[in-house]
Amino acid sequence: MTTIGYDKDAADNIIDEFGARPEMLVQILQAFVQRFAWIPEEAIRHLAEKLNRSRADVHGVVSYYHDFRTRPPGKHVVRICQAEACQSMGSRSLTEHASNSLGVDMHDTKNDITLEPVYCLGNCACSPAIMIDNKTYGRVSHERFDQLVGAMRQSD
Amino acid sequence: MAAIRTFVPRETAAVSVGADEIAVEIARVAKARGASIELIRNGSWGATWLEPLVEVEVDGKRIAYGNVTAADVADMFSAGFLEGGKHARRIGLVTEIPYLIDQDRWTFFRCGLIDPLSIDSFRRHKGFDAIEKAFEMGAKAVIEAVADAGLRGRGGAGFPTGIKWRTVADASADQKYIACNADDGDSSTFSDRLLMEGDPCCLIEGMLIAGFAVAASKGYIYLRSEYPLTRLILARALDNARESGWLGENIQGSGFDFDIELHLGAGSYVCGEETAMLESLEGKAGIVRYKPPLPTHEGLFGKPTVINNVVTLASVPNIINLGSERYASLGVNRSKGTLAFQLAGNIKRGGLVEKAFGITLRELIDDWGGGTASGRPVKAVQVGGQLGAYIPAEQLDTPLDYEAFVEIGAMIGHGGIVVFDDTV
Ligand SMILES: Cc1cc2nc3c(=O)[nH]c(=O)nc-3n(C[C@H](O)[C@H](O)[C@H](O)COP(=O)(O)O)c2cc1C
Ligand code: SF4
Ligand code: FES
Repeated sequence: MTTIGYDKDAADNIIDEFGARPEMLVQILQAFVQRFAWIPEEAIRHLAEKLNRSRADVHGVVSYYHDFRTRPPGKHVVRICQAEACQSMGSRSLTEHASNSLGVDMHDTKNDITLEPVYCLGNCACSPAIMIDNKTYGRVSHERFDQLVGAMRQSD
Repeated sequence: MAAIRTFVPRETAAVSVGADEIAVEIARVAKARGASIELIRNGSWGATWLEPLVEVEVDGKRIAYGNVTAADVADMFSAGFLEGGKHARRIGLVTEIPYLIDQDRWTFFRCGLIDPLSIDSFRRHKGFDAIEKAFEMGAKAVIEAVADAGLRGRGGAGFPTGIKWRTVADASADQKYIACNADDGDSSTFSDRLLMEGDPCCLIEGMLIAGFAVAASKGYIYLRSEYPLTRLILARALDNARESGWLGENIQGSGFDFDIELHLGAGSYVCGEETAMLESLEGKAGIVRYKPPLPTHEGLFGKPTVINNVVTLASVPNIINLGSERYASLGVNRSKGTLAFQLAGNIKRGGLVEKAFGITLRELIDDWGGGTASGRPVKAVQVGGQLGAYIPAEQLDTPLDYEAFVEIGAMIGHGGIVVFDDTV
């Protein structure tokens, strides 16, 4: 079985880049997420074999960290900061606006978009802050949010 | 004619509000006008409320333009931007911005000033002077200097750094490590990020000094994954340092070997706790270890390990350069030196303010912050991230001093200050 999006040769290359060192598991998984967007079951089997660690062991690590999704995300991931500085500048209302305008609930994927909370992007002096596909934006009013989403859709 | 130097920060906050687009536009307009410019992507000075803050160097002086948008650029050029011409966005000399002048820039003195990806630029501003001096002083004297300075850990707990280093130096082992905690996990803080993006070699130098002091040959930086731009800058800075012989074997002919590996976190808040971070660095789930043993005895891979926060390590080079007495003369009581306070939330002028301990929250919020962004009264201030406390408006005159904060049931933590107005 091959999982869509998972490319065993590319995965092998990544593992080899890290010298197949078992202690690099978190780093390798991070590189997998950047390459494949998520961690399919097949990747776990593959890693266990190459790093000489048990499958349960690899599973444990994957399930521990938020970044290691075990389900494919949407084509775009929109994350809205929910930490204190952003809250003080209206991130709750921005979250509501995002959810309504995108038609996606928090923690959910719909219409090619995954909407998620994030707890501080280090952009607290430009709050409220959001991240779209690994890029951080600050001073995000409702209008600016709509513009950014528009630009994201245009890039498709 | 020599190219005119212009500066546009490549720093997460500035980029998050359009700095990259401005850089592209400046290059385009300059080209269209046949003007010869050098575009430098510096770090941020920390006056985040003015970002994107763009500068032009005229007669060796840097003139700042604040809150610039890409749409302003052509107009700025028409107004004589390259000669520092008058424009609605023009602020004046960057060194005369009141927010910046009145600070005690000990650790962040190069942030904004230099090109973070140029070793030459770093060297011209005392970069790597401290490690050279450390080689001359010897390991023991370096540890004494850090201890005498009274430097305490900036990651939250405030543990004396000199004692930590001495313990690891005294441990005998075939391998020791320096692990830098760059998880910047306290929410609503960003000083670690600002330093790593604006002056990454300062952290590298701090780690080199720590490694030399305790006889460790390997360092790790554990960076949170929410900082993709920081990662890029840090990774390049590490490569630059390696290529120019400031990392690797026999550094600058000193006989000292040291290299640094950059690791990413994976979205776990717990991994900011030092023993969970060690587990993560070993490729495991970030589950907190029981103490003892302490990491100074059995840390990473069971070896003696110095774990320090980014700002702790980055404060060391200037302690070596300027001396421990100078550092210890700043601050109050047992809180020596400076802290990089981070003003955020509902505040008019958010950003980084490095000041000696002893200043009050009210001074920071009123004199630097300019009060709330909404113009409404301050209701409460959160200090010290999610492990810290909400401080009511009546207690804003408490001096920022580790012990004084404990007395009011609060903690300074990493120096993050979030202001809330009375509508929440
Ligand atoms: C839950 C928790 C989260 C923490 N997060 C961080 C962090 O993000 N960065 C940091 O430097 N220290 C953090 N710390 C403190 C570290 O455990 C440790 O004390 C520190 O990294 C030591 O460095 P220092 O002596 O230079 O402060 C955290 C502690 C706890 C309990
Ligand atoms: S609240 Fe959201 S981010 Fe936090 S643990 Fe649950 S799913 Fe993860
Ligand atoms: S609190 Fe939202 S970016 Fe830090």
